[in-house]
Amino acid sequence: MSRLTSKFAALKASGRKALIPFITAGDPYPEFTVPLLHEMVRAGADIIELGVPFSDPMADGPVIQRASERALSHHVGLRKVLSMAAEFRKTDQTTPLVLMGYLNPIEIMGYEAFANAAQRADIDGVLTVDMPPEEAEHCVSLLRAREIDQIFLLAPNSDAERIRKMDAVGSGYLYYVSLKGVTGAGHLDTADVERKLQIIRQNTNLPIGVGFGVKDAETAGLIAGIADAIVVGSALITKIEENLPDPEMAKAGIIALLRSMRQAIDA
Amino acid sequence: MTDKYDMPDALGHFGPYGGIFVAETLMPAITQLNEAYQRYLQDPEFIAELDADLKHYVGRPSPLYHAERWSRELGGAQIYLKREDLNHTGAHKVNNTVGQALLAKRMGKTRIIAETGAGQHGVATATVAARLGLECVVYMGAVDVARQALNVYRMKLLGARVVAVESGSKTLKDALNEAMRDWVTNIDNTFYIIGTVAGPHPYPAMVRDFQAVIGREAKQQCLEQAGKLPDALVACVGGGSNAIGLFYPFIDDHAVQMFGVEAAGDGIETGRHSAPLTAGRPGVLHGNRTYLMADDDGEIIETHSISAGLDYPGVGPEHAWLKDTGRAQYVSITDSEALEGFHALTKMEGIIPALESSHAMAYVTRLAPTMRQDQIIIVNLSGRGDKDMHTIAQREGIKV
Ligand SMILES: Cc1ncc(COP(=O)(O)O)c(C=O)c1O
Repeated sequence: MSRLTSKFAALKASGRKALIPFITAGDPYPEFTVPLLHEMVRAGADIIELGVPFSDPMADGPVIQRASERALSHHVGLRKVLSMAAEFRKTDQTTPLVLMGYLNPIEIMGYEAFANAAQRADIDGVLTVDMPPEEAEHCVSLLRAREIDQIFLLAPNSDAERIRKMDAVGSGYLYYVSLKGVTGAGHLDTADVERKLQIIRQNTNLPIGVGFGVKDAETAGLIAGIADAIVVGSALITKIEENLPDPEMAKAGIIALLRSMRQAIDA
Repeated sequence: MTDKYDMPDALGHFGPYGGIFVAETLMPAITQLNEAYQRYLQDPEFIAELDADLKHYVGRPSPLYHAERWSRELGGAQIYLKREDLNHTGAHKVNNTVGQALLAKRMGKTRIIAETGAGQHGVATATVAARLGLECVVYMGAVDVARQALNVYRMKLLGARVVAVESGSKTLKDALNEAMRDWVTNIDNTFYIIGTVAGPHPYPAMVRDFQAVIGREAKQQCLEQAGKLPDALVACVGGGSNAIGLFYPFIDDHAVQMFGVEAAGDGIETGRHSAPLTAGRPGVLHGNRTYLMADDDGEIIETHSISAGLDYPGVGPEHAWLKDTGRAQYVSITDSEALEGFHALTKMEGIIPALESSHAMAYVTRLAPTMRQDQIIIVNLSGRGDKDMHTIAQREGIKV
């Protein structure tokens, strides 16, 4: 069983919801990342999504775009991110780690080489924003053979047929993008998400994470009432951006926000 | 090789290239667009309306002009120019925007967005949006906004809002990223008019089909004027729409050679170029798999070309396929060679070409002398050079 699947099983057994922070690897500089991952786990993160910087982040809003640009200015790309993941794993053998990014870095490395590298780094899941299930078969089979989950996104306009397609190809969890738009945009309509989750659950038994629009403890608490996992990204990265001259302040801000979310989720 | 060419497949694949690589939010919109494209491009009423627009609004057919003086001067093949520069708005881009705008209208979309590099596609989009009374937003890299100021002004006059994109390399690829972001956000009322044969399926096939009028006309005109098919076709390749528009109707005519001309910028060996087919590798960008300029981490490399319209790190997936199968050949021309091509056509024929098209002209000056005088080259004069006066004057140290 993959680390993600057993994590969700354990959470379910104890009646808890997963808190999943997303940060871009190498933002604002490479050495910042691994210690932050460990601290996020201590602050209550159950799973971590680690963003692979990409030069052309088409599905991201300005906050994550700038995070990517900061990381790329230090030449943090897929190979460096894999080594960060391996370093994290040295002292944390339990927290599932998901790489989130775009397909081109994986294409250039080669699917098989990537699957092998991900296995060596002990990665648990891969979420590739611009790889829909129609184009995913080869990559998924290579990853699955190594007990690595391919995670897919669902959008507000995904119909039942699409949800079943994701259910068939994806594993670990499904990530429901709660609004039409890019990361960091708009605000969350909880009632709307709740309606949509009902339809999603009729078509899959995979755990459902909700992200895009979770900003604070309040929204995290609301989502915890309806989803299996709460994903928060831009709100954390904003802390980095607001404290560029003082990365320790940024870290403190991220940790405080995560703790408050954890409390709201568990309440 | 007697099989009829019938690319792409139902999911938009040209062999390993093309396909649909987009975020999930875009999938329903792409499915909807694909259905409309499949339906209306078979619909006689749609085709009749498109043909009427191409004739009365765009000014088609565009002439096929025998450049006799230039041919004599080069001493080889007879050179024929396909005069896309004479279209309304001054380039081939309008063939596609007229078609996509008609589709947008059929689909009930009220808002048009586009990306642009040189500004030609932006102008062509703003033009059709004005005509149909649709809201229009054009994304353009900040670098391009500066070097194509005249076209920015034209778009504004036409009622479009021009958004200068400050992210990444601030050129065409970043404008495309931003347009995609707009599209996901405003998917319900917005039609994205992509300006070249890139993007997710159905764009590469659809834009090709709208541009193929170039090759269909050229074939007929060549038969009428010269009594036979051409021996070679030459066109510049940015995303590849004017090239595929000329090539496509000739793909099954195996004796006709096809040359796509990429921008070599400062020279392929300097790394400062925009020639993914010549010096790139396969990857995925902007919704399709194709040749790209990317580093070992898969990050997209910044491109360089004197012509904004060729300054793009990818290329349409069908060109990737035509390259791998050997049906078309891809060559490259530097900034300085393109300028020589520009001056050659201007002086010899009294026609001022766009800098993009000048790359094709420069290759013709190399190719024609290697061919016999009874052979024929058709070169796509994809646009006129008015928009580039400033860039050229500046490069040559002249104040205008
Ligand atoms: C006159 C002209 N030719 C060629 C191009 C390159 O585009 P494509 O390769 O799609 O024809 C452009 C793009 O702006 C252009 O304006």
